[in-house]
Amino acid sequence: MYRSLLLTGLFGLAVWACDTADPDLVQTGTLHLTFDNVAGAQDLQLTTGTYRNATGESFTPTAFNYFVSNIKLTATDGRQYIVPQDSSYFLIRENVPTSQTISLANVPVGDYKSVSFLIGVDSLRSTMDIGRRTGVLDPAGDHTSANGMYWSWNSGYIFMKLEGTSPSAPTDATGNSTFRYHVGFFGGRDTRTINNLKTVTIDFGSDLASVKPAQVPTVTVQTDVLKIFEGPAAVSIAKNPEVMVSDYSQTVANNYARMMTYKGMTTATSN
Amino acid sequence: MRRWNLIGLIVSVGLFGAAVSCQSGEPGGSEPVVPVGPKPVDYKTTPYIWQKPANFPDPIYNFARNPMTVEGVELGRVLFYDDALSANGTISCGFCHQQGSAFAHTDHALSHGINDKIGTRNNLSLQNLAFYKSFFWDGGVSDLDLVPIAPIENPVEMGHNMGVLLANLRKSPKYPALFKTAYGSDSITTERFLKSLSQFMLTMVSANSRYDKFVRKEAGGELLPDELAGQTLFQQKCATCHAGELFTDQTFRNNGLSRALNQDKGRSLVTLRPEDKYRFKVPGLRNVDRSPPYMHDGRFLTLEQVLKHYASGVQEVPELDPALRTDGKPGIPLTGTEQKQIIAFLQTLTDFDYISDRRLGPN
Ligand code: HEC
Ligand code: HEC
Repeated sequence: MYRSLLLTGLFGLAVWACDTADPDLVQTGTLHLTFDNVAGAQDLQLTTGTYRNATGESFTPTAFNYFVSNIKLTATDGRQYIVPQDSSYFLIRENVPTSQTISLANVPVGDYKSVSFLIGVDSLRSTMDIGRRTGVLDPAGDHTSANGMYWSWNSGYIFMKLEGTSPSAPTDATGNSTFRYHVGFFGGRDTRTINNLKTVTIDFGSDLASVKPAQVPTVTVQTDVLKIFEGPAAVSIAKNPEVMVSDYSQTVANNYARMMTYKGMTTATSN
Repeated sequence: MRRWNLIGLIVSVGLFGAAVSCQSGEPGGSEPVVPVGPKPVDYKTTPYIWQKPANFPDPIYNFARNPMTVEGVELGRVLFYDDALSANGTISCGFCHQQGSAFAHTDHALSHGINDKIGTRNNLSLQNLAFYKSFFWDGGVSDLDLVPIAPIENPVEMGHNMGVLLANLRKSPKYPALFKTAYGSDSITTERFLKSLSQFMLTMVSANSRYDKFVRKEAGGELLPDELAGQTLFQQKCATCHAGELFTDQTFRNNGLSRALNQDKGRSLVTLRPEDKYRFKVPGLRNVDRSPPYMHDGRFLTLEQVLKHYASGVQEVPELDPALRTDGKPGIPLTGTEQKQIIAFLQTLTDFDYISDRRLGPN
């Protein structure tokens, strides 16, 4: 009784806090999400590492990038913190180490048990004014932006890009055996199309990410590139050396929806 | 001590609730949007008054998010005619889109780009872009602001990379000043670059043909008897698809072209839907007499050939649009005279003011 009265009072205060937009009243902290790209039990090395997929084909990746967006954190009491839309788009690039750790600021203090997000860029943002698509969503930015992760002739982002060489891939005119998987498609603007947006939920198991003003938890998510070739269906480089704008992209997306798992947590405390 | 702990807990839970309740349900709704329009600072732009022709439908383009200025339009015009937009500095937008042919390119059936590379489709003429829901023969892009990225990055058109191009423009002697005049600062962003090209393309309004003057009952709007007969025939036989003042209903259809030499799958390439196979955007027919060749692959060189196609060349393909079947047979029966009359009518859609307007030219 006493407690609920107090809560009601606080809620009034909270609403008031929203009105006056005084951020000092909500205690917040920072949470880091690190994406650790691997190939099975090995660390992922572009251009130098050689790995074997479920079909037994060996391959060397040359590019591996994916969008992570619409991040939500779930606390132990079930409450959710939704990262504000304009700060909820990230592009993880294997060749840009700094892109592999996402920093979420202004996270309300609390104990979080899971995180969920989309692999890809939702339809709303995909069709938004170009002025609202800056940073990683800029199709014309630098090497950290969507430059190279965007289809200009069929406006849309490439959600996941995996490119590489493989003896199983056919030899092209320049004598190279390459394969290219570019998966996108957000469901269509005016005409319904396929939708390859995948929601991933990463449960921290018995760990808790405790966000406090002076305590920054880092959650590590492991992304296994081999999973792109296995799961609901085995994907063979020999049979599908190029997967881009095609129905088959759904098979690849259904596989990569399971490429991420929880790896661990560290916590940095200041003072 | 324990009590304070409890209160602390309650406070943080309550405040968490507050934070959650502060989240706007509408995605992207909570953050302020920086307006691109004129700001009350030390630079001054002149608003560009864009006028909808009296006989036209409402535009589709959202002008509110790209307030047009004389300076923005001028910047867009300079960009449109600049070879620097291609990787090796040889091809501008205006190279492929030439004003005399209503911004089409009449020399080639298929588009002709950087290093003489040949594209896969015939060029489209450019006019009244503010009224279009989607662009390109397959409708792959539905926002005019995003159109330029496609030719700039297409390896057989301009072969460039947008990021590299913008970096070059930032280093160029002329662009920082032009962007400053248009936007108040010399920062060359993707948004400003694309929106100024849009501003210029939005000024490409063609609404002064003899036909327009006729419907608006203006001086110079007389149609000859054959042209009037052609108009009546057009209304009966063609306007199901080439509808309204834009002469397109903006849908994607199959008009029974033979696929012997060209198997372009059209709209299905961007939607992946089987029902969109071999369908193409119904093209608008304004200035059509000026913009041969015709169809997505430029297979017809003259309007006579086009009319002959509709009268006797329509193929019985599964995708054929029902509007092109008459009594169960493919095609639209048209006598030689009727074909000539329709062509006479189509020629009244040529807007000589438009193709000679100096403001739309390279200089
Ligand atoms: C190499 C020739 C070439 C160049 C250069 C070129 N275009 Fe095009 N443009 C085309 C072709 C071909 C089409 C039709 C393509 C299709 O539908 O697949 C087209 C279509 C368009 C359309 C769509 C028209 C409609 O009705 O749907 C617009 C708008 C356009 N171009 C603007 C531009 C701009 C702006 C530039 C410069 C940044 C440019 N083009 C450069 C060849 C070119
Ligand atoms: C069923 C809808 C439909 C009807 C009816 C129709 N058209 Fe078309 N028209 C199209 C489509 C779709 C295209 C583009 C086809 C392509 O390139 O694959 C087209 C293309 C054209 C073109 C080429 C324009 C350009 O810029 O390349 C002309 C000219 C034309 N039609 C004139 C006519 C005339 C005249 C009639 C009446 C006799 C007519 N059309 C009836 C759907 C139609």
